[in-house]
Amino acid sequence: MNKQERIKKNTEPLFHITKRSNISFGRAMLIRGLAILLSVVFMSVVMFLLAKENPVTLLKSMFDGAFGTPLRIWILFSDTAILLGISLALTPAFKMKFWNCGGEGQVMVGSLTAAAMMLFVGDKVSLPVLILLTAVFSTVAGGIWGLIPSVFKAKWNTNETLFTLMMNYIAIQLVTYFLKVFGNAQGNLEPMPRFAIPKMFNGSYFLNIVLILVICIIMYVYLRSSKQGYEIAVVGESEKTAKYIGINVSKVIIRTMIISGALCGLIGFLLVANGSCSVTTTIAGGQGFTAILVSWLGKFNPLYMILTSFLVIFLQRGTSFMGEIYRLDTSMADIFIGVVLLFIIGCEFFINYKINFRKFGKGGTK
Amino acid sequence: MFKKVLSLILAAALLCTVAMSFVSCGDKADDDIKGMSESPLAIPELKADFTVPENFKIGFICLHDESSTYDLNFINAVLRYQEALGLKNEQVIIKRNIEETEKCYEAAVDLVSQGCNIIFANSFGHEPYIAQAAEAYPDVQFCHATGVTAADKGLANFHNAFASIYQGRYLAGIAAGLKLNEMIKAGEITAEQAKMGYVGAYTYAEVISGYTSFYLGAKSVCPTVTMDVQFTGSWYDVTSEKNAAEALMAGKCVLISQHADSMGAPGACEAAGVPNVSYNGSTYEACPETFIVSSAINWSPYYMYITKCFAEGTDIAPNWCGGIEEGSVVLTGINLDVAAEGTVKAIEDAIAAFKAGTLNVFTTDSFTVGGETLVHDLVSDGYFHESEAISAPSFDVRIDGITLLNEKY
Repeated sequence: MNKQERIKKNTEPLFHITKRSNISFGRAMLIRGLAILLSVVFMSVVMFLLAKENPVTLLKSMFDGAFGTPLRIWILFSDTAILLGISLALTPAFKMKFWNCGGEGQVMVGSLTAAAMMLFVGDKVSLPVLILLTAVFSTVAGGIWGLIPSVFKAKWNTNETLFTLMMNYIAIQLVTYFLKVFGNAQGNLEPMPRFAIPKMFNGSYFLNIVLILVICIIMYVYLRSSKQGYEIAVVGESEKTAKYIGINVSKVIIRTMIISGALCGLIGFLLVANGSCSVTTTIAGGQGFTAILVSWLGKFNPLYMILTSFLVIFLQRGTSFMGEIYRLDTSMADIFIGVVLLFIIGCEFFINYKINFRKFGKGGTK
Repeated sequence: MFKKVLSLILAAALLCTVAMSFVSCGDKADDDIKGMSESPLAIPELKADFTVPENFKIGFICLHDESSTYDLNFINAVLRYQEALGLKNEQVIIKRNIEETEKCYEAAVDLVSQGCNIIFANSFGHEPYIAQAAEAYPDVQFCHATGVTAADKGLANFHNAFASIYQGRYLAGIAAGLKLNEMIKAGEITAEQAKMGYVGAYTYAEVISGYTSFYLGAKSVCPTVTMDVQFTGSWYDVTSEKNAAEALMAGKCVLISQHADSMGAPGACEAAGVPNVSYNGSTYEACPETFIVSSAINWSPYYMYITKCFAEGTDIAPNWCGGIEEGSVVLTGINLDVAAEGTVKAIEDAIAAFKAGTLNVFTTDSFTVGGETLVHDLVSDGYFHESEAISAPSFDVRIDGITLLNEKY
């Protein structure tokens, strides 16, 4: 081995990374599928080591928890719909690079408004009128909750992440105050099923699924083909460009956040009028934050988000049932979900970049 | 080079100090520590005098998981019950982290679909959803802890349960009163300075009944005692419970107790060296120098009771309140290093009096309300009949001697 050869060998790295310019859809999906498979294998090993249970039966119980009975399937799809709905609400704001972390609070004010309507107006008007009014007012309340941070952003360029986050706490305290004043001695509001949307097909699930599927398609068209959707995309890419081509950036920011908040408010309405028939501070159950992840995972594409929200809910319901059957620590479910999502996000690297290994036996002496 | 040497010397010095401090701790441990006594009111051994059908299944719905002391208390009782009956894991299903929303109804229905004969839920806010499930599934028995509506609802398969924990609090109060007497005798405080502090969650009857019975227990042995109560507005908030305890101690409270689920108040007491009467289980491990005693509800007797009813085909009472006799009210051991002399004996005597039926907690001659004797629907034969009409606590009267510092919650 002469000197030159040695230098060549030492300087050429074991592998180097190049950007992939175009990867076929099928190949990208194959990488993602492999990532999910790998994460499941990884978790099987972890669970076997920690919980000393047979991974195959554990995984089987996950599917049982998600699909085991007709009711579980209904709940699976209905929960998916609710999470998808909140994700859809956040997406236009995200496309505009307005980081709306206030989904939780926007849902909550929607729920609060719905509960207040049931409590105060319930007896005064007929049920269809009540439901219609409640839906409108909840949507408006959510819209206002989205409007406030957007005005501050548009006029004074405040940080929207912190602002929307803080608005969540205000919403929680509003609900607490409402329950303290109008709830029973223990601070709970007695459910009012007589003012709820009548059940269809043996449950409240069908309506959630259909309604949010429709919203999903509308949102897809709105973001992709409408003028407003285009404006959102341009503002997101570059505010300066938007100004240059004559888009009123403040107006777009405020309008989009009203849509975002209003849609959250509508979900809040569904959670009350088509669900709990009451309000608590945990009514949104952290889904306002989970939705951020769903939206990102789905690359802000409403159709992909159907898949990502389904994946998250499937994992949540499956792992919690698994924990219930095998008496695992509840953290195990969270670890499982965390690992699967980490693998999925991690695999994006392999979709965007290609790893080229050093070719042995080539180069060198020539 | 100099820096390297200096850092090495510093590291060595640090190690030495740490090692020394361990040694000095070890020295302290050699002093005569008396430790914990046997519990005067221990968790009883469960005896099954009935046989459970082979396909029997029971489901439990818990608001949180084991990280909350409240839920842990329920789950531990489930495990004791399961062991006593020799049930398999498939027969005892525990659902954790079930919100007080529609999710509770869904959890109940899911347990029904898994074939549960009895379903038990542990949080107050679960009640309306459990009642809704009871209406939809009349063949399944639904039991709910801390609830209040079973009697009114009139459903044959929906039941409320609680325990006469006010008796346990009264016993713990006796230990507190004796400790105050010891301080007075030692000249640390005067009889008029015997003031206790209490950290409560909310101004609910459950909390009011609890701190009043604790106060009356102390007053039964230390007549000059007074008490300040501070509310936090949360069942579990380490920081605000710690702050509340510190504020009470700053307000010259010489002994602290609490009705909230975190280590906030006991921890603050240990740091300040102020004696503490705990709740829901022993905090002795973390607070060996201030912990006196703790009372708790033991739920396994109720689980046994409902299972026995199911096995024998008898009706479950719409309101069940377990007491000392049933083993539903229990105490930890007493920390002999902190508690006053004679505490164990005094508590044992009171337990015997409770069992004999000669002792009542809320006797109207033991306290006044605005200087007057209490007039109330539930007062008869000279005492307030707590947890008799409905199992959940209903004593929500503000009595003299107790000052509420804030009633925000």
